[in-house]
Amino acid sequence: MTGTSPMAGDGSSRRFFILCLAIGAVSIVAPFVFPAIVKQLSIFWVMVIVAYTWDTMGGQLGYNSFGNIVFFGAGLYVSAIIQIAPFTNMRAYTAAGEQGSALALSMGQYLGGLAPGLIAAALVGFALAIVFGFVILGLRGHYFAIGTLALGIFIAQIFANWEYVGAGSGIIMPDLPGRGRASDQDKSLLFYFLCFALAAATIVFLRWLYATRFGLAINAIRDDEDKAEAMGIATTLYKVVAWSVSGFFLGVCGALYGNIVRFVDPEETAFDGPGLGVWMVLMAVLGGKGSLWGPLIGAVLFHATKELLWTYLLGFQNIALGLLVIIIVVFFPEGIMGWIHSRWPQLFGERVEISAQSAAAR
Amino acid sequence: MFENIQLLAENPVGLLNLIFDGIMIGAVFALIAYGMALVWGVMNIINLTQGEYVIFGGFIAFYTAGQWTFRIDAIGLSLTWPGVHALWALLLAPAVLYVIGWVVYRLVIFRIVDRDMFTSILATFGISILLQQFMNSVFTADDVIAPHNMGTWSAWRTDMGELAIERVRVVALAFALVVGGFLAFYLKYTRDGQSIRAVAQNARAARLMGIDANRVYARTYALNAALCGVAGVLVSMTLTIHAFTGLIYTVRAFMIVIIAGLGNVTGVIVAGLGLGAAEKVAEFVIGTSYQVAFVTGLLLVVLLYRSVRLAMQRKYLA
Amino acid sequence: MTPLLAVEGVSKSFGGVVANRAVSVAVDEGEIVGLIGPNGSGKTTLFNTIVGYHPVDAGSITFAGKEITRLRVPRIARLGLLRTFQQTRIYPKMTCMENMGASVPNRGVRLAAMLSRHPPEVAEKSEALLEFVGLFSKRFLRAGDLSFGQQKLLEFAMALMNEPRMLLLDEPTAGINPTLINGLIDRLQRANADLGITLFVIEHNMRVIMNLATRIYCLAHGELLAEGPPEAIQSDPRVVDAYLGAS
Repeated sequence: MTGTSPMAGDGSSRRFFILCLAIGAVSIVAPFVFPAIVKQLSIFWVMVIVAYTWDTMGGQLGYNSFGNIVFFGAGLYVSAIIQIAPFTNMRAYTAAGEQGSALALSMGQYLGGLAPGLIAAALVGFALAIVFGFVILGLRGHYFAIGTLALGIFIAQIFANWEYVGAGSGIIMPDLPGRGRASDQDKSLLFYFLCFALAAATIVFLRWLYATRFGLAINAIRDDEDKAEAMGIATTLYKVVAWSVSGFFLGVCGALYGNIVRFVDPEETAFDGPGLGVWMVLMAVLGGKGSLWGPLIGAVLFHATKELLWTYLLGFQNIALGLLVIIIVVFFPEGIMGWIHSRWPQLFGERVEISAQSAAAR
Repeated sequence: MFENIQLLAENPVGLLNLIFDGIMIGAVFALIAYGMALVWGVMNIINLTQGEYVIFGGFIAFYTAGQWTFRIDAIGLSLTWPGVHALWALLLAPAVLYVIGWVVYRLVIFRIVDRDMFTSILATFGISILLQQFMNSVFTADDVIAPHNMGTWSAWRTDMGELAIERVRVVALAFALVVGGFLAFYLKYTRDGQSIRAVAQNARAARLMGIDANRVYARTYALNAALCGVAGVLVSMTLTIHAFTGLIYTVRAFMIVIIAGLGNVTGVIVAGLGLGAAEKVAEFVIGTSYQVAFVTGLLLVVLLYRSVRLAMQRKYLA
Repeated sequence: MTPLLAVEGVSKSFGGVVANRAVSVAVDEGEIVGLIGPNGSGKTTLFNTIVGYHPVDAGSITFAGKEITRLRVPRIARLGLLRTFQQTRIYPKMTCMENMGASVPNRGVRLAAMLSRHPPEVAEKSEALLEFVGLFSKRFLRAGDLSFGQQKLLEFAMALMNEPRMLLLDEPTAGINPTLINGLIDRLQRANADLGITLFVIEHNMRVIMNLATRIYCLAHGELLAEGPPEAIQSDPRVVDAYLGAS
């Protein structure tokens, strides 16, 4: 795509910057204009992040992973442990299950747990991707897809059976302290801006990454892995790096998510029916695999649809979402950006260009 | 966990019990795997809806065997179903599932037959979500098991314990064998079956011979669903099921197909029986709550083993 | 002078089928050597084996004095031994310029170096090479949208971009419009003469290979049948027999 391609002209850097400014301005103002839905807006940014990190694997590298959710889940749990364990008896706390009440912490304790929690979540997500990557990225195509699906189920089962973190009952996350002075609204705002910041960082980072030689290499692997190898590209290394980038951002994302919903649920860490594990795939496909803005568009459309279904079709929303999966996959496999690309390739810089001058002047 | 291993070592009859039980349920797994291999081989589609068809069949068995009343009070309508033996569902379930499979093919699958695997995986996964939610709302959200009252055989009494085989499991094994045999006969000797095999081997040539590939695909997909229905009846008589337990059956079927290889019927049988036995022993050793983890972990091990073996020949699983 | 590529006694079987039996060939630096033989004689298998696509059953392969028999495809490619594919493989969803950008040599490049944009010289060189093969005006089009012949030219340009020492070309003129073949031969010769790339070429088009190569190997039934300059090979009765199917 123009601007993201290292081989095209660079006039769209400015376009990207302006678009970012516009979106950024709207996003910063939004929680104040719509205070009632700040939590949903935070979750929207979570969706954006999981869509982008999935697209790195499925859209840019061509490895359709159904197991990205394990990094999200790992971040979720790692942060929970770091935020809770130093301040109380973890076993007793989680054993209380749903009957227990949220751990009460001081502001210092809370932030002192949150910061390392987020960092650890990122590092664990990163490390797990490397470990799993060297092992599983040797599989290709649908074997990789189903292998990661099995991984997604397996890891979730481990969490669901681990007594220390509450097994099937999950963990009630500690609340950001301060009632009255720091209202619920402020707490939600804090996490909204954290999520927004992470999403922005993810998008900016990925845009930069896709424009490097590395970006070209992973696209080459996607288009023809054997050819890439025959041209000397160290495919294994780049595949693992791509997954570890996803793992990094997914880890932090998971940690933030746990704090927003204030509950760690092992169900959230599985690829199992209607859940985040398959929504991330759907959003990227809907927006257009392998495009820069696709995952954002997909996240916007999907999140809005999901919220609408929740409001108007409660009880049947999962049936509707299942239908949505089928409709999108069957009728819109190329996604919105894919459709635009095939209709107007010129917009993406694809054209017959006879003279050298106009390229240099770009 | 280690105490359990020791228990098994001290009690070989107990181990034998587990293995026998496992083999019998493994025959049903093999049936499900065979259906998946059929669809995969004929249409190049990995059907992730497999488990849901099984569960659907299980629910049919449950409702066949249960007593229930259907009433519309407004018009004073009240129908009571007295409940018959669950085995009667072996006639009903495949019929119902055949229709469902056929409808699913005509609505969705035919559009994705020519596309890539990712599309078929995602689409069939979407259908599985639909079915799960449907079963959860329309049937019941509870864990169910179809009652059968068949008792157990005491096959072999020794000082160390007795080999107690639940009759229902033997019945399940018998039916699995019968259905499997019927299927093999159907594919080999009937016109329909031969068209299926022809299309699996070379769709274009089959078309040139006048075989309507689309109809063959529809029949194959529906046949697979019916097969799952039968398996579901047998499963529901021995294991508890609920609307969301489908995925694990899909995983099992996929693993068996991977181990055996497409087109290797004996392999499917052996792998199915082996998996059943392995699962039963593992369930005893590491506990029921880790059963799903065991199956998925095993799939990962199988995939990785295959992948490493192929990598040594500079090939990869594809 | 030691040959740039030395293949000694290489055998490769697939199941029961022997594709190559004790084949020995050698190519000196700067040469253009041809590899001919009827269909099924094991030519592409030999190429595949040389570049590491298959493990070798027996024999050894040396490139630039280095034993490469056990090495994997990316390693061998980074040593400067590249191949083109019979079916022509390029990166279809990327533009021609991006295809070229992805073909920049990776020798000794560490991961950190990959995390930067290409300098403008890369774009200039890409354009020059695309101009060389006649694809300059199409450089911003998706490679997958090009015609088969154009993709073949792109594949050739990508190979040149990678600055190989030696290029194994698998039927470079197959499927190309006969009127364009002369242009392709010319480019191959220029790549050899101006850029110093050693060429080892599988060809079915006798006119092309007899004009292009200085030395020719002939395979039949997986074994080396004959070797020599084009005139000798052309008139060798064993070669004629092999092609006419008498053996």
